[in-house]
Amino acid sequence: MVAEILNLRKVIIPVAVIGLAAILALTITDWGTTVAHYNDMVRTDNFSVAFGSLAIIITGLVIALSSDYYKNEQNHISDYMAIIIFTLVGGLVLLSYSNMAMLFLGIEILSLSLYVMAGSRKYDTSSNEAGLKYFLMGSFASGFLLFGIALIYGVTGSFHLEAINTYLASATTVSPLFYLGVLMLLVAILFKVSAAPFHFWSPDVYEGSPALITALMATLVKVVMFGAFYRLFSTAFGNLGDYTNWLIALVAALTMVVGNLTALQQVNVKRLLAFSGIAHAGYLLLGILSISTDATSALFYYSAAYALATIAAFAVAIPVFQASGSELVSAFNGLGKRKPFMAAMLTMALLSLAGIPPFAGFLAKYYIFSEAMSNGFFALLLIAIVNSIIGVYYYFKLILAMYTEPTDEAVVVKFPWVYVMVASLCVLLSLILGLYPNPVIQLF
Amino acid sequence: MLTLLLLLFPLVASLVVLASGNKLAAKLALLFALVELGLTGYCLSVFLLSGSELFTVFQEWITDPKISLNLGLDGLSMLMVLLTNFLLPIIILTGFNRVIDNAKAYFSLILMMQFALLGVFMANDGLLYYIFWELALIPIYFIALNWGGPNRVPVTLKFFIYTLAGSLFMLFGFIALYHLNPGKSFNITELYNMVISKENQAWLFWMFFVAFAIKIPIIPFHTWQADTYKESPTQGTMLLSGIMLKMGTYSLLRWLLPVFPEGVAMWTPLIMGLCIAGIVYASIIAIMQKDLKRLLAYSSLAHVGLISAGIFTLNITGLEGSVVQMLSHGVVVVGLFFAADIIYHRTNTLEIDKLGGIRTAAPQFNTLFLIIVLASVGLPLTNSFIGEFLLLLGVFQYNYIAAGIGGLTIILSAVYMFRMFQRVMLGKTNEVTVNFADLHWNEKVVLWILVIVIIAAGIYPQPILAIAEPALRIILDNAVLN
Repeated sequence: MVAEILNLRKVIIPVAVIGLAAILALTITDWGTTVAHYNDMVRTDNFSVAFGSLAIIITGLVIALSSDYYKNEQNHISDYMAIIIFTLVGGLVLLSYSNMAMLFLGIEILSLSLYVMAGSRKYDTSSNEAGLKYFLMGSFASGFLLFGIALIYGVTGSFHLEAINTYLASATTVSPLFYLGVLMLLVAILFKVSAAPFHFWSPDVYEGSPALITALMATLVKVVMFGAFYRLFSTAFGNLGDYTNWLIALVAALTMVVGNLTALQQVNVKRLLAFSGIAHAGYLLLGILSISTDATSALFYYSAAYALATIAAFAVAIPVFQASGSELVSAFNGLGKRKPFMAAMLTMALLSLAGIPPFAGFLAKYYIFSEAMSNGFFALLLIAIVNSIIGVYYYFKLILAMYTEPTDEAVVVKFPWVYVMVASLCVLLSLILGLYPNPVIQLF
Repeated sequence: MLTLLLLLFPLVASLVVLASGNKLAAKLALLFALVELGLTGYCLSVFLLSGSELFTVFQEWITDPKISLNLGLDGLSMLMVLLTNFLLPIIILTGFNRVIDNAKAYFSLILMMQFALLGVFMANDGLLYYIFWELALIPIYFIALNWGGPNRVPVTLKFFIYTLAGSLFMLFGFIALYHLNPGKSFNITELYNMVISKENQAWLFWMFFVAFAIKIPIIPFHTWQADTYKESPTQGTMLLSGIMLKMGTYSLLRWLLPVFPEGVAMWTPLIMGLCIAGIVYASIIAIMQKDLKRLLAYSSLAHVGLISAGIFTLNITGLEGSVVQMLSHGVVVVGLFFAADIIYHRTNTLEIDKLGGIRTAAPQFNTLFLIIVLASVGLPLTNSFIGEFLLLLGVFQYNYIAAGIGGLTIILSAVYMFRMFQRVMLGKTNEVTVNFADLHWNEKVVLWILVIVIIAAGIYPQPILAIAEPALRIILDNAVLN
């Protein structure tokens, strides 16, 4: 906003990226310490530092991509940047909250920014539709969230995560209202991570939103919400026992199956990535199910692998969308001949998403599966494996389009250098993570 | 050190070829493959002089799960590496004098494939092995997809998903093994010494067996095979049939028999039945084929059925036979598919009915092709004879009825191979084959080398048996219940 007034629009993106890098450095210096801030509303620990750094990196990459994306809309670029950074703020709150009130605040900051961004193409009806749809559905979920928090407060007398945990540990009988509250909280969060059967909003919203915002929603929001989810269940409901396990297991299975089966039929790339995101949410739920120290690193590794591959995919896809004016799989026809390098990048990103070595996606699947196995979720694991096989099919639809379909000569796709850089960086990181995961895995 | 050099050289070569130009690519690839072959020769001499200990590489890689860079070459691995590195220059040479667009990517992928195959044969750590196993799928998929026949898209996708499905079950199996292993590692010696309850072995066996059976393929997991062989470019078919399916049979020996002895004991009768039935089934289908490449695909299916049967006999004769036959089959099948490629290149058809009379037009090709066909049916003095003989002997020791039915393979293969040869090569020249040019220099070189190897190994197979035996004994010691 300040930059707008000073008419410094051109430098706003470099400044934002440098600022994020500085914040990243500051965040990382907090490693190894557990400090409570703001009257113990927020607490930074290793978990929040790790996930927070990931969230900052994701935002940085998306902002880097936006330099070219918004070049025709210079007038509002500072607004967009501000809102994206607000999204990140919401995300960081969600990763470090230690109080239910902050959970609610974080989700609201995150979501409000996204409602605006989803509808940010003012003259495009589908963007408006996406914004409105997301807003209505999201508010509904927020209602559930508040109700859940209120019920839990009513029973335990506290918003504080650890207080709830100690209450659970000491209480002999827990009121059913508490369980109802947990259930409502669960519904709200599952809605936000777009797990089935609360996923209906996501394909429509992904499709209607500007592609860059879709990328942001598919990566940042998912990672952050899973971080929040994990934090809630590992600290507040650690003593809840198996009460929610069967429910999460059911949702995980359903999410994987619905996500993958529906993705099979998609011809729109954004919808395809939306459903693939739903399917990945299913795998991540397996990580939530098996909460332990190992599961933390498994979850973190999976989030990183998924986010890197998805951003790489969008970095290739956005220029293709813009050049061809279409978001269908057929827009990628013949890309392998026209732009072999970027086609190879997209191929590798998709292979990583499909979980094929040596990319990070493979070890990510391995860790999640291994956690599920050691916690005895055999049936769920089999479902997950069958789903990974299905997943390959639709990722390959894109690869096949690029390499086997004839080229449409009329469309010239230009990849700005930032996109090439971001895509190669993500693929490279995913390869490095896949070949040398030690530093990440030993974080926790 | 030597092992790492042997493994990584094709990877480097593949990148260099990718960076080179399209005109240079084939020659450069051939040069690299020959260097690699020379290196293999040197390794073999070191191996024979001072044993396998020198080749062990152990380096911690990933701490959690404990995956190490654990490579080694025992007799069995050495032979498979030899097969791979011997066939690679030949496969590349078959691509000379053919129009291949984007040749640098093509040959780069072939070398990448070599890297992955070597990794599979060398890895002594379960997950490392699994990574190479998966990695091998990617280059061959793109080779078949980008340079394959008209119907390649659905066929290759089926192939990919089919094999990947098998692999994922194997991954499931490996994860389970990891958690069952008190030492929490994938180290092969630990897996060999692990005590696994009978119930666990019973189902874990299938997790691994399905993956291998799809790759080999053993009936009823074979439905991807004929179409994929048919649609792949010649070099792809050679890689698939000559080397890649040996990944499956090799893995049976290396990762299935010694790790799950009780599982093997429990399921052997069933598997044996599948293998033997597969031999007869594939042979009969081969007789009916009208397309030369499909006929060869089904003949290959019959042969690997016998190889797998030999592996499950769990006696040293059967195992030795299977190793000899893996090598022989690799050499012979590459020769056969090359002959098919030569015919297709000149006539533009593979329909057996349309061909005929090539003998008069191309006498030298006729003679060389005949020798390879004879090797394929297992005539004495060819390499396949030793293999088939040992295999049938091994199966006979296991069960004479099975051997009787399995023995049909010799008769049936004679039927379909000779019928094919007769209709393709002999008879009257027709308008399709009248202008059949005799061999180019590269075709001569390839076929002559193959024929010489076929006959040499047929006359003096002793070195192969000597190299393989100690390794097979160790496998057998672990695989047979006391």
